[in-house]
Amino acid sequence: MSLLELDDVSVTYRIAEGEVPAVRGVSLTLGSGAALGVAGESGSGKSTLAMALLRLLPRDARVTGRILLDGEDVLTMKWGRLRAVRWAQASIVFQGAQHGLNPVHRIGDQIAEPLLVHNLAKPGEAGKRVAELLEQVGLPAWRARSYPHELSGGQRQRVMIAMALACSPRLIIADEPTTALDVMVQAQVLTLIKELVAEHDISLVMISHDLSVLADVCDRLAVMYAGRVVEQGPSREVFHDPRHPYSQALAAAFPTVGDPASRLAPKGLGGDPPDPMDLPTGCSFHPRCPVALEECPTLDVELWPAGDRRAAACVHVRDHGRDRVQEKA
Amino acid sequence: MTETQAPAEEVTTARRTLLEARDLHVEFASRGRRARAVDGVNLAVGEGEIVALVGESGCGKTTLARTLLGLEKPTSGTVRYGGEPLRYASRALKDYRRQVQLVLQDPMGSLNPRQTVYEAVAEGPRIHGLPDEADVVNNALARAGLRPPERFLLRYPHELSGGQRQRVVIAGALALDPKVLIADEPVASLDASVRGEILALMLRLRDELGLSALVVTHDLGLAWNIADRVAVMYLGRIVESGPVEQVLTAPRHPYTQALLSVLPESPERVVLTGEPPDPTRIPGGCRFHARCQVLASGKAAEAGVDARCRGELLEILPASAGAQAACYYADATG
Repeated sequence: MSLLELDDVSVTYRIAEGEVPAVRGVSLTLGSGAALGVAGESGSGKSTLAMALLRLLPRDARVTGRILLDGEDVLTMKWGRLRAVRWAQASIVFQGAQHGLNPVHRIGDQIAEPLLVHNLAKPGEAGKRVAELLEQVGLPAWRARSYPHELSGGQRQRVMIAMALACSPRLIIADEPTTALDVMVQAQVLTLIKELVAEHDISLVMISHDLSVLADVCDRLAVMYAGRVVEQGPSREVFHDPRHPYSQALAAAFPTVGDPASRLAPKGLGGDPPDPMDLPTGCSFHPRCPVALEECPTLDVELWPAGDRRAAACVHVRDHGRDRVQEKA
Repeated sequence: MTETQAPAEEVTTARRTLLEARDLHVEFASRGRRARAVDGVNLAVGEGEIVALVGESGCGKTTLARTLLGLEKPTSGTVRYGGEPLRYASRALKDYRRQVQLVLQDPMGSLNPRQTVYEAVAEGPRIHGLPDEADVVNNALARAGLRPPERFLLRYPHELSGGQRQRVVIAGALALDPKVLIADEPVASLDASVRGEILALMLRLRDELGLSALVVTHDLGLAWNIADRVAVMYLGRIVESGPVEQVLTAPRHPYTQALLSVLPESPERVVLTGEPPDPTRIPGGCRFHARCQVLASGKAAEAGVDARCRGELLEILPASAGAQAACYYADATG
């Protein structure tokens, strides 16, 4: 059985000016021990989706659909049950590690807090578990006595990961865990995340705008645009042979050093992400799409099959997706 | 060795130097110690050339950029522009900053939220008393790709997308008709799809206006996308520099090799442990030796250079256009 299953999940923010549809009918599944990458730009709804998984959204957000964690719907859970699920079954690592830690508490106390709250350790024993956790994320045990400002950005992100691991969850949601980190530190943190997922049989949902990072860590990728999944499939295939024109633009945005095609030729996408309150008709991507057809502004797009375990929401995939698969076979 | 010396043609392809750092040192007091943020740098930016200055946070790249802009005074060494040493009298600096302009990262932080686009772009021309302010602003916006400019003049930063805000910041720099842009992480805070557009704009400005640029970044993909030359900085020094194709496809310094190896898709990873060391405690010998994977693997000892790596200070690389690396092992093994 899949550990996490999203079934037609939508999130709408109600603000003074009206309703903002941030996530529009997303369905995804994640197997036990698997890693799913969610890619998209700011405004694509990817962070809203991540927060919705543990009902961490503000009150003005209305969530519909079903979010099944181990078969249990997060959206209908009683408050007490939800509290037990957070940290213990699923935990979240936020971007910007400097804001996720309390500056006036020692990091050991902060890592111990979820353990004590969930009665997973007695006050006297928590220290031992904290030392174990710090070691798991590659920090010396004496760091428990440090304050956040005494740590570098990469070390703080490791502390955040230690906190997320504290209650031995089955699922970790990581929202841009390495944005703001240097390349070498980013590589260290990504290696750590990969090892933890593999060694502890933890499932991972990782969110980023960097397709190359996601392809590196995750088995499957879902690309979001304007609140919808526009392409999904095995991550290497989506990264190296994207079918949706938006995924193609995202994949090309981070060049492979040494690739002559991108030398002195940065590739971008004209236009800007759409305003969620004023979404384009038909395929939301059509105003920026380099290969839009006449029918795109009125077309009802859906995820059409684009190969083995792959799908993309583009009219070209509907018309030619299967042909291309046959060509390759 | 003399017969293998580079042919003379290679030297003539170098562009005329516009902006230059010569044996530059910048030190700060940091918790009672001296931090040698820039610890001996030679670097030249030629006319119409885009140079990427690459390094991790704490390596001194931003301090070097600020010193080139005249925002910090060097402890020793000189900044030269057009062959003349930079003078730090306020009038001389004001003139200098018409020529050499800064483009900051995070456009939301560098634009005043209560100023319209017009006011933001007009600020520089006004300080410098340029005539025909409205024309200057319109022109700058158009060059930065905000067309038609009239559509943007009265907008506020919060009404613009991230890419548009970065274009406004670039327009503000262009309004003074500079010769050099110094851009600190110009696309780090932008969305993936917008990033390419801003980089393409920088390339176009070089091609159309002959602008030079020094782009400070930790992103090697950016250097591959737009730079002619790249300089890799580690703990206050440039450890490798040269044409982008050479340095990024056949790196010779172990640090550059490690940086390239951790990019997604690389076959063999060298993940250096620890974080860049402290500029208040620069190690003796080669400053990279404590983290160096070539020294750790014993290859430096095989080449017979390990004692020098640990104990002998390296010479500062000259501001040459060709490929060069400050590494005993690279020198010994060719």
